[in-house]
Amino acid sequence: MITELKHKMHKILFFTSAMLLLPTFAFAKTDEQKGFDISARSDRSDRGFGDSQVKLKMILRNAAGSESTRTLILKILEIPDESSGDKSIIIFDRPADIRGTALLSHAKILDPDNQWLYLPALKRIKRISSVNKSGPFVGSEFAFEDLTASELNKYTYKYIASEYCGTLKCDVVERYPQYKYSGYKRQLVWIDQNEKQIRKIEYYERRGELLKTLVIDKYKKYQKNTWRAHYFVMDNHQTGKSTELIYSDYKFNTGLKDKDFRKDALRSSR
Amino acid sequence: MMKQLFWTVTLFLIAFPRIALTAGLTVALANETQLSGFVSGEIRGFVSDAQFESQLNGLQSSIIIQPEFLNQPELSTARISLIPFVRLDSRDDRRSHADLREAYWQHIDDQWTVLIGINRVFWGVTESSHLIDIINQTDLVENIDGEEKLGQPMINLATQQDWGNVSLFIMPWFRERTFPSKQGRLRSQPVASQNSLYESTDGQRHLDMALRYSHYIGDWDFGLYYFKGTSREPRFLLNSNGTQLVAQYDLIDQVGIDIQLTNDAWLWKFEGIVRSQNGDRFAAIVSGFEYTLYQVANSATDLGLLMEYSRDGRNKNPSKTPPVVFDDAIFWAARLAVNDTQNSELLAGVVVDRNDGSAILSIEAKRRLDDNWSIGLESRWFLKTKENNSLSPFRKDSFVTFRLARYF
Repeated sequence: MITELKHKMHKILFFTSAMLLLPTFAFAKTDEQKGFDISARSDRSDRGFGDSQVKLKMILRNAAGSESTRTLILKILEIPDESSGDKSIIIFDRPADIRGTALLSHAKILDPDNQWLYLPALKRIKRISSVNKSGPFVGSEFAFEDLTASELNKYTYKYIASEYCGTLKCDVVERYPQYKYSGYKRQLVWIDQNEKQIRKIEYYERRGELLKTLVIDKYKKYQKNTWRAHYFVMDNHQTGKSTELIYSDYKFNTGLKDKDFRKDALRSSR
Repeated sequence: MMKQLFWTVTLFLIAFPRIALTAGLTVALANETQLSGFVSGEIRGFVSDAQFESQLNGLQSSIIIQPEFLNQPELSTARISLIPFVRLDSRDDRRSHADLREAYWQHIDDQWTVLIGINRVFWGVTESSHLIDIINQTDLVENIDGEEKLGQPMINLATQQDWGNVSLFIMPWFRERTFPSKQGRLRSQPVASQNSLYESTDGQRHLDMALRYSHYIGDWDFGLYYFKGTSREPRFLLNSNGTQLVAQYDLIDQVGIDIQLTNDAWLWKFEGIVRSQNGDRFAAIVSGFEYTLYQVANSATDLGLLMEYSRDGRNKNPSKTPPVVFDDAIFWAARLAVNDTQNSELLAGVVVDRNDGSAILSIEAKRRLDDNWSIGLESRWFLKTKENNSLSPFRKDSFVTFRLARYF
């Protein structure tokens, strides 16, 4: 009898204390969890697009202000599974000496991607090493990992603060690349609270110094919930060089299939 | 007169390539056709005076024109490619030549790809030689490295499946290798005749066939093929009065394998063939690696280090099999990719025969000047050639080529 009462008492006590504690737990989400949640919301707001094709113009500027331009077409096939990366083909159009050169990537999250390069002059498809994603992409201030690395599980996260970023209110999240060959120690990411889109990224190199700042603008919402930015500018603080990316003619659900992203499809990619 | 015409054409094409080409060719094609390609001028200088009488000395210049027309209407399953090629050489009339690199119609659907016409097909993974590459004939007057190819007429049927790619080639017309004229450098002695001999009574009309399977699994890329038909490599016979070499094209059966393992910054490569020719059967291999050091010394520059070993077990009897320059050799090379806006690149390599020490040293460099112009340099040096019978005709032919190209 007594033991039964004791048992009941325990139960009640446990229940009330649990009731009292629960809200505190809910609010005391760790900064890591909060950082992840903010990033996940942002990442997922551009998922579900199926496949896309877009034209990209890159304008490269050196410290003296002289310019050179690259144009290319980017085709992406979305792989819905977040533990696997998307498939993409980049087809170069200008400068004219690399026209028709194409790069096929089957992205992985933490392992090196599978990548093949198609060289039209020799009609050669070459499997290339993809461990290094931190080198300059076609001489620009973008590394390959800057162009492709928005996949959620490529980083761990930590919430830092909330502050104004221009007229919008942003959450500032620090993220740490999990890919062992990444060129960065950490990145600071500004994600606006309205549309949940990335507005700015600061890249800190392995030694910890600020290397580059990326500003992202001209967001537009396509189909159900697919957000795409159309203007990126990356400033390299150490060299004074910068690169602008201008995206145009976005097309979604264009009927691209898995077979269009196989190695042998590179020969007729252009 | 020839010289004057050569330079007038050269200057006109370099100055107005688009006008010249559009006027000449695009008119006939639909407006969905994309035009690209290049015009380039080359000057090749030989370090020494020629070994054989009547060969040119000093400088040799060329103009090369290669427009590329691609017709691929959006949402269409068909595409048409047309790539004519012309080289006009100032001093070697056989090096002045024209070819159709591509002229095909292709149909692509979910399961099958059909291609009818002239095309180029490259197979292989190694850099020092292209052992297994067999579909196209080498355009030898273009470059002795075997990377320039003549267009091959074919019917190609291919299917892509989850388990790999299978491709069947039926080739109804054989292309003969190009050789320099009597005035030309980098040739055999005596000069190769323009008439050839064939083992098949069908001659150039012999139906050649190839079937290839290729796929990749994880880090492994591999291919396997069987070729039955006319050998792209000729043997050489002396004509009756001993003044010319005559190319003899035998019928062969060949199996080829290529494998590449891509592991971190390492590419491990293997190519191998087994060939039956004139009742003889032999094997040959090329195998090695390419290792890349990324962003060396905190710069954007990547440095690639390459090493390959090649071994060729063919019969040394010239009445049985074609000659081979290196049958037991090691290739060392370094590739520098600066990763700058100009896409500057340098490749320096040497192939050394393990037995007699004869070697070919090559240096290739290129750099983009702006959106349309680029420059290139290519140099080859023939070393310790006396000891190597196949290389000794090139003994005095070490050269440097400078190239200026305008892409459009």
